[in-house]
Amino acid sequence: MAVEMTINGLPCRSTADPACRLLDVLREEFGLPGTKEGCGEGECGACAVLVDGQLANSCLVPVGQLEGAAVTTIEGIPANSPVAQAFLACGATQCGICTPGMVMATVALLQDNPRCTREDVRRGLSGNLCRCTGYARIYEAVLQAAGDLPHD
Amino acid sequence: MRSGERDFSRNPLRLDGMDKILGRTPYLDDLHLRDPDLLFAATVRTTLPGGVLEGIDFGGGTDWSDMTVVTARDIPGTNAVRLLENDQPVLVEREFRHAGEAAVLLAHPDRRRLRKALLQVRLAERPAGVPVFTIEAALQGQAETIPGNTYTEYRLEKSGPRQETGHPDTVIAVEVETPSQEQLYIEPQGMVARLAPDGVVRVEGSMQCPYYVLDALVQCLGLPASRIQVVQTATGGGFGGKEDFPSVIACHAALLALRAGGRPVRLVLDRAEDLRVTPKRHPSRSRVRLAATPEGRLQSVAFDFDLDGGAYRTLSPVVLSRGVIHAPGPYRCPDVRVTGRAVFTSHPPFGAFRGFGAPQSIFAMEVAMDRLASRLEMDPAEFRRKNLLCPGDTGPTGDIAGEDTHARKALDVALERSGYARRRTEHEAWNRAGGPTRRGIGLATFCHGAGFTGNGETHLASRVTLAATAEGKVELLVSNTEIGQGAATTLVQVAAEALGIPMDLVVFGPVDTARVPNSGPTVASRTCMVVGKLLEKAARRFLEQLPPAGGKGNAPGRPDFQEACRKLHALGGAGEVTETYAAPPGPAWDEKTFQGRAYASYAWAAYVAEVEVDLVTFETRILHFTAVQEIGHAVNPQIALGQIEGGIVQGIGWALLENVVWNGSGVMANDRLATYIIPTSADIDGIDVILLEEGQGAGPRGAKGIGELPMDGPAPAIANAVRHALGVDVDRLPLTPEYLHARLAEQQEVHSWLSK
Amino acid sequence: MTEWRRPRHLREALELLGESPDRYRIVAGGTDVMVERHLHPENAPAGWLDISGLSELRGIARLETGELRVGAMTPLSAVREDAAVRESWPLLAASAAVTGAPAIQNRATLGGNICNASPAADNPPVLLAYGAEIEIASAGGVRRIPYSAFHAGYRRTVLGQGEMVTGLWLKPVPRGSRQYFRKVGTRAAQAITKVGLAAVVPFGPDGTVRGARFGFSSVAETPCLARTTAAALEGRSPLAVPSGEIGALLEQDIAPISDLRSTGAYRRQVAARLVREALQAGHFQ
Repeated sequence: MAVEMTINGLPCRSTADPACRLLDVLREEFGLPGTKEGCGEGECGACAVLVDGQLANSCLVPVGQLEGAAVTTIEGIPANSPVAQAFLACGATQCGICTPGMVMATVALLQDNPRCTREDVRRGLSGNLCRCTGYARIYEAVLQAAGDLPHD
Repeated sequence: MRSGERDFSRNPLRLDGMDKILGRTPYLDDLHLRDPDLLFAATVRTTLPGGVLEGIDFGGGTDWSDMTVVTARDIPGTNAVRLLENDQPVLVEREFRHAGEAAVLLAHPDRRRLRKALLQVRLAERPAGVPVFTIEAALQGQAETIPGNTYTEYRLEKSGPRQETGHPDTVIAVEVETPSQEQLYIEPQGMVARLAPDGVVRVEGSMQCPYYVLDALVQCLGLPASRIQVVQTATGGGFGGKEDFPSVIACHAALLALRAGGRPVRLVLDRAEDLRVTPKRHPSRSRVRLAATPEGRLQSVAFDFDLDGGAYRTLSPVVLSRGVIHAPGPYRCPDVRVTGRAVFTSHPPFGAFRGFGAPQSIFAMEVAMDRLASRLEMDPAEFRRKNLLCPGDTGPTGDIAGEDTHARKALDVALERSGYARRRTEHEAWNRAGGPTRRGIGLATFCHGAGFTGNGETHLASRVTLAATAEGKVELLVSNTEIGQGAATTLVQVAAEALGIPMDLVVFGPVDTARVPNSGPTVASRTCMVVGKLLEKAARRFLEQLPPAGGKGNAPGRPDFQEACRKLHALGGAGEVTETYAAPPGPAWDEKTFQGRAYASYAWAAYVAEVEVDLVTFETRILHFTAVQEIGHAVNPQIALGQIEGGIVQGIGWALLENVVWNGSGVMANDRLATYIIPTSADIDGIDVILLEEGQGAGPRGAKGIGELPMDGPAPAIANAVRHALGVDVDRLPLTPEYLHARLAEQQEVHSWLSK
Repeated sequence: MTEWRRPRHLREALELLGESPDRYRIVAGGTDVMVERHLHPENAPAGWLDISGLSELRGIARLETGELRVGAMTPLSAVREDAAVRESWPLLAASAAVTGAPAIQNRATLGGNICNASPAADNPPVLLAYGAEIEIASAGGVRRIPYSAFHAGYRRTVLGQGEMVTGLWLKPVPRGSRQYFRKVGTRAAQAITKVGLAAVVPFGPDGTVRGARFGFSSVAETPCLARTTAAALEGRSPLAVPSGEIGALLEQDIAPISDLRSTGAYRRQVAARLVREALQAGHFQ
């Protein structure tokens, strides 16, 4: 059984075991290591990607479910995107291991709620653990990307 | 150099930022994903809390012919993890002291086969002795594994003239306990080892201290340092957790690689294994007795400070020493006696975690200060203000507080900024109104010494090198690691500023022991302050060495500078500048009496927490948090803010949520992220951080180390706020709803008993 | 390679289940079974029955009868956002919104949350409080039973061989009922519940309690209804019930234990306080 899907807009065909985690398929079959594994049980969000535009923890998605799906990973986010730029400008990354997942969660949040409030941000990112930043720089980055903060 | 070419803006963007944001930074787990030679590795561990390994049964259900297997007998060098003492084996040979000790290592190219084999191996373990799991049990000494079950005992004693008032002192005694805490770096620990064709054992991985790893490999493999190369890969958080344990994993991976004919071996812990076996914050017990005059002058501090060191010595003595020195707090007091002990228990060894013993003792002291203030019927802020060290005072270690002693300023700014007095009144009114919640405000004043304790930096004798590159740039060669704290940016900033060149002409070299000198470990808030200062000095000498090139005067323009660098590079090693640490003038440190200058600089801080406790569920919510710290100079204010905020949230976690639960074998039972609870964004709102910069620290442009500082203050500030809210004394962390519920119930029982 | 079946039609899925009921593990959103697969790979089943392609099981519909049917494969994010749910069964929107975090809610399904049969699951208390019915299908047909009869013991359900849950049915809530939901978790979000209560408290014309239902999580080996407590409150004014009495009544209904997350004593005490809060001031949290 093979699964056909798109990853970052490119058609891909996975021949992995269908019960295999999307996380492993991305990293090992397709050579996309930007998606990180922090816990393997959907608690930390480091492996977050978009599946058909919706945020998902790729450690909990069996690839067998993805026939026809559109997957977006951190490799699909350009450096000049407002989210990446805001994360850089606001100092929202430290050790960086949670950052790709945090960026994906931000992209999903802003897509659903472009004018999000600080409360929305705190709820929207609550599935993405960061141990370095204490979240403050991240809130600032998301709000800046949302246009709520003046660009300086 | 023309001013237009200068790039000294105070918040240059993190140099590693965009690669991390876009997931392009390779961590260990991202490397070798498609290397056909790669072997995966796993560890068979003891299950009893101490005993004797009598045999290993490899089981018949699997094909062992192509499995790489390593046991203690395969260790070519010394079977001991190199640290302070050789008491911890790399692999269990016979006796072992805790559950989770490595006994057998396995490696295979197929992960499924590896896992199957792992489940097949049976260790024949015979229990020996009675395990001890608490400080109390260890000190009662029913089962002594080491003499007195005590690794180290330290005493700090200071006596001076007390203030005679003609009235008896007000005295309080407090006993508090703090739990362990897991660092919870989001990237688990791991290493890849191989034997390179040139006969060098190359180990790469996630770590804070490459030279610790190198020294451990030298001892375990019995090879000269010249045949070992340690390379740090991008490290997804450390917080102390990757100070000593990477040495263990590196030895294991290297032993397997040698056994497998030099093939690369990847040993990465999964989350549960990482939680169960890697070192965490030391649990502590503090017994504090304070006395003050009726006017609120501290007269004596008597402090018994005990740490649970776990089953091997590892770093416990150094953790203990920092805890002892920080115990008396930033206060003026004529009579100070601190006794510290690190004791043996049957838990896996405890280790470094941000703050390194200081958060434990500071918590006890600050809780005690609030209780004494209550006894004196004084406001806790006023009581502290009266006793905070000022320049010229004699501190607890007998050292004279320098001009950079800004404890009072930090407090005053924090009181002002938080609206402390007004908020205190408002919360009391709120509580009198009798709604479903109670509110409180609490304070902690503290200081944290940066760099190695006492003469540690002198013994370390760190070296840094600046080298000109063929591209006409300057390369920083240091063994200090970027672990998220921003070192790869701030050190470049410091060097660029000292060299008078833009940052893009400075390169942070790869942290590879084959290239970098030993500038010491990345611990103890020392990187920016101590190593940064060395780089500043090295830069001056580098400029002197720079051959003349085109430009006039001593400030060459960019093209000239680059040309000069290229010329210098052509000289090879002769063109490099290496600077070695030299002790600054000042009183030496006496390790016997704990008197003298303990740290090159202290950073001073005052934190204010406001909390709300729900009386239906006993859940505590942070309403507001104000953190003021005098840090000398912020090399990069944005990075400094991020450090402080992150440390505070770890402190909030320790105060309210994080609880290591032990199973019957003394191993962490809540070994999943679903059960070990750290703060999410929903738990954390705003934290108001104020950096005071007085520029008198020992680091570049007067910077002081700040990495550990923010871990010290949140727990006591929150505990004091909860006490203010509920009117009950708290005596342990974390302040979970379950604990507060039990504490209130106890208190009500006491009240109703008293009123009978 | 593992056998992976992904039928497009319910009938096909039920036939597969009917033919070899022990062979397959059903996977819907995957957020529970994939954790299990990660932690205990050696327990992997021979085959997986992936029901994520069954569009018949997705979606929320309000019928003319006033009833609501939620397809078992409906993701919790859809439950959380659904206008009818938010308007008329707000407790269900509230519980869906606190099940894990957004990434979990996008994949996890209402049916999966129930069939995983964890006593700490967030949505069962609400379904109990609303008196929901559960729709169960097999190759032989469809049956509907009260959801309160679904859980048979710790992580066990009454699902028979070859059966699967296909939907949940909710009846309109009596007008003027007080509705209450509160999750007490290990932290503010992405938390496992320590005590959870969903309550629907209808009132008679005289202001007394008529037919209250209290659904709990994490205080017994299954999600459970506090039947004794509800019966004892019948016909009484909500403010006239002393909290000590609630605690005593709940002793008949719940059996909380101490575990990694909380203590029995705390759960017992807080359960009583939540009931009192529900009687006095319905709100969502």
